[in-house]
Amino acid sequence: MGSPDVHATSVIEFTEVAYRAGPVSILRDLSLSVLPGETLVLLGRSGSGKTTTLKLINRLLEPSSGMVSVEGRGTLEWDPIRLRRHIGYVIQEVGLFPHLTVTDNVATVPSLEGWPRDRIVRRVAETLELVGLREAEFGRRYPAELSGGQRQRVGVARALAARPSILLLDEPFGALDPITRREIRCEFRNLRDHLGITMVFVTHDVDEAFDLAHRIGLMKDGLLVACAPADEFRALDNPEARLFLGTEDD
Amino acid sequence: MTELAYLVQNWQDIVRFSGEHVILVAIAMMFAISTGFPLGVLMTRYPELGRPILGVANVMQTMPSLAMFGFLIGIVGIGRPNAVVALFLYSLLPIIRNTYVGITNVDPAVREAAIGMGMTDWQLLWRVELPLSMGVVFAGIRVATVIAVGLATIAAAIGAGGLGTFIFRGISMVDSGQILAGAIPAALLALLADFGLGRLERRWSRHRHARETGDR
Repeated sequence: MGSPDVHATSVIEFTEVAYRAGPVSILRDLSLSVLPGETLVLLGRSGSGKTTTLKLINRLLEPSSGMVSVEGRGTLEWDPIRLRRHIGYVIQEVGLFPHLTVTDNVATVPSLEGWPRDRIVRRVAETLELVGLREAEFGRRYPAELSGGQRQRVGVARALAARPSILLLDEPFGALDPITRREIRCEFRNLRDHLGITMVFVTHDVDEAFDLAHRIGLMKDGLLVACAPADEFRALDNPEARLFLGTEDD
Repeated sequence: MTELAYLVQNWQDIVRFSGEHVILVAIAMMFAISTGFPLGVLMTRYPELGRPILGVANVMQTMPSLAMFGFLIGIVGIGRPNAVVALFLYSLLPIIRNTYVGITNVDPAVREAAIGMGMTDWQLLWRVELPLSMGVVFAGIRVATVIAVGLATIAAAIGAGGLGTFIFRGISMVDSGQILAGAIPAALLALLADFGLGRLERRWSRHRHARETGDR
């Protein structure tokens, strides 16, 4: 629906997907594809189905009908554990493990994957560096000893540690103060360009969407109402899009 | 002051009965922990088991202890086995409940992150849920132990020995010295268990949290 037809090369593909929770329809008739290296931002109000869409990709939810495929394979055909270790996932509340140090948090997936120790150590330092934290300074701290922004950075580092080819982010900067939020967004943009991995980013913040997206998908009441490259989005003749553009609040 | 004199004169018996008391409680707790803890974990995995398990444990808890000891005579006879079984049954509820509550109260965001990064259920349990719920689990063990130390005094009524021996003897002889010779050590044991297990519990709940603050 409105997205370019490049099925052959898409990394993530939704085909007429619906998701119902009991009698309630959360997501309807969603068809969408995400290209390699692309950052797709899903924009919408609370309850529009953005998070549900994201969770269908790493199979935290399974579609009621239709099909979601990742790298050409339906998510139901994937072993869910393999699928999830292949995809980085960052949520607003971060969910760092409070009983583990920053280093151990970041090392989680590599160690689950059985990487050799020295490789894990190198990778942890490298990933923390990527998000602007020095391992020597932060590695031995516990999440309780970090600021909100630092915690979020560790969350991103943890998601990137095992070199996933896809990164899913659910309002990752939503709980931060406006200043930190702008800073970290700017850094994240650089990170995105540096990594070049495929991302799906969920937000209700229009500025954030324009700043980070190659394409913006606008969701309303469980429907993808528009999907357009960021620079064409402003010209869209869609009431919900105009509403978002007009009220640019945070 | 005659009470005090009785305590001093009979210190050897006090030590012996205290020992019996501790052994009764320790054996019962060993069984209760090794049963209650897995049951609590099982309940978090199969919530439909939760109601029946908690229901049974709840009923055990509400049964008057004297009746429980009496009832068990028909099944395991009198003496120590009877007391161990009864104390075991009373200790189950706090341990099961706290294990269950401790695990289910783990921050949902932490659980979501763990599942989202591809932990199996077993890895989620061992690496995340258990370490984070140990403080609450220990609180359950502490409560159960303190209750068991108190209840074990009544076990003397069915010939299981322990500090209750003094108390029952004192009651029948209307001798407050003997009653105190049982009651004071029993109270001290309960306090000791509370204190010792309380320390373990605090160590686990702080478990690595801000432990290394300023130490670098």
